[in-house]
Amino acid sequence: MLPDALPDAEATLRALADRMRGAVAFDAKFVGIYSGGAWIAERLAQLIEGNHAVGFIDVSFYRDDFSRKGLKPEVKRTELPFEVEGATIVLIDDVLYTGRSVRAAVNELFDYGRPARVELAVLVDRGGRELPIEAAYAGVRLAVARNLSIVLSRNGEGKLLLGTEASGA
Amino acid sequence: MRNPQLNAAGDLTHLLTLEGLPPEIILRVLDTAVPFASIAEREVKKVPLLRGRSVFNLFFENSTRTRTTFEIAAKRLSADVINLNIGVSSTSKGETLLDTVDNLVAMNADMFVVRHSQSGAPHLIAAHLNRMGRTHVHVVNAGDGRHAHPTQGLLDLFTIRHYKKDFRELTVAIVGDVLHSRVARSLIHGLTTLGTPEVRVIGPKTLIPSAVQSLGVHVHHDMREGLAGCDVVVMLRLQSERMRGALLPSTGEYFKHYGLTGEKLALAKPDAIVMHPGPMNRGVEIESAVADGDRSVILPQVTFGIAVRMAVMSILAGA
Repeated sequence: MLPDALPDAEATLRALADRMRGAVAFDAKFVGIYSGGAWIAERLAQLIEGNHAVGFIDVSFYRDDFSRKGLKPEVKRTELPFEVEGATIVLIDDVLYTGRSVRAAVNELFDYGRPARVELAVLVDRGGRELPIEAAYAGVRLAVARNLSIVLSRNGEGKLLLGTEASGA
Repeated sequence: MRNPQLNAAGDLTHLLTLEGLPPEIILRVLDTAVPFASIAEREVKKVPLLRGRSVFNLFFENSTRTRTTFEIAAKRLSADVINLNIGVSSTSKGETLLDTVDNLVAMNADMFVVRHSQSGAPHLIAAHLNRMGRTHVHVVNAGDGRHAHPTQGLLDLFTIRHYKKDFRELTVAIVGDVLHSRVARSLIHGLTTLGTPEVRVIGPKTLIPSAVQSLGVHVHHDMREGLAGCDVVVMLRLQSERMRGALLPSTGEYFKHYGLTGEKLALAKPDAIVMHPGPMNRGVEIESAVADGDRSVILPQVTFGIAVRMAVMSILAGA
């Protein structure tokens, strides 16, 4: 896939919101995985009607590649300003690829309580899963070469942009 | 020669002293401790980061508090913790320090937390591991002689930053037995590295090392003068064993001149915080009313100490 063939992030976000609208519980909590997922969670809470409290999760302490990569330089604080016990939670990430970040996020979530239900929403599902994890809602599904990473960024005005990078370690 | 605390990639692999550590590394520890501090507020106070790793607490010198906080920190990271009270084990049978270490490495130790009455002992262990190519085994200095106590220095820095934000605007006073204090030495190195413009040490001439000015601090022998306008007051424990050396006339006399009272604290800024590394001698270096007062952050220091040690251990283990 060529970089200029990537879909527009804002249009994809609206498509994701359309899929979730009416399908997610009225009081579902939106939990974004740092950093891209956090931006999307905030936007979705504005776009989708309902009582959607927003939380953020940093999965650094739960990753399965700590022994190989160590701790990343800037770990953010997980903030879940609501009871996880018994809640309906939509985990939100920018790109769903191997599924390993989502696995880490689910583990972390359960250290806060036992949710009634956890769903997954992603802006981009690029395939390539290494774990039995699927998104209930995806803005777009793309086939992407293994040597490319899809990267979400946010500009000064808060506009979301999709780009690609050669994938490193 | 390379700083023995850093690996070939420049990452922190042992924590031996704050002296000579670049500010980025110190700030990274302080930043990483913030998310660890919030884990203590959860119901499950544990993360799986060091699952399957073994942390050995090697305490050649007694310390209940430091050993306990290291143990809690390692357990909250899901590591297995083995406490060795070396004073009563192998070394009393004549085994050398490095032989003890080699044996524990053969038992698959991943990290050593070392306290020793001899300055330089943790450094000796780290250098030995580096020389043997044991790059996956890490050393944390939990206090060596009069030299350094870097995790205490870091938790003091974390506490100051938590209440006061910007080091570059602060006046910090360290009061008491600076001569024998590895806590003071580590804190001074940390504060100056992070750009604290004014660090003062306050104490009697007999307890202030003559070379301390070379560390960039201002020396005061009059406590009232030294406390004027301070943002942070760090009280040091008066080590009663030092009294024998005739360095001081009496604890009563000491309290009169260098004990922190409400009346003396009033000379510092109105929002100044009071710190103490513990254990405290009430009525010797600090008045009970101040230790328990609303400016005291002595107990938060203990809580933050766990988060800071979690940050140190996870950064080292990931190097």
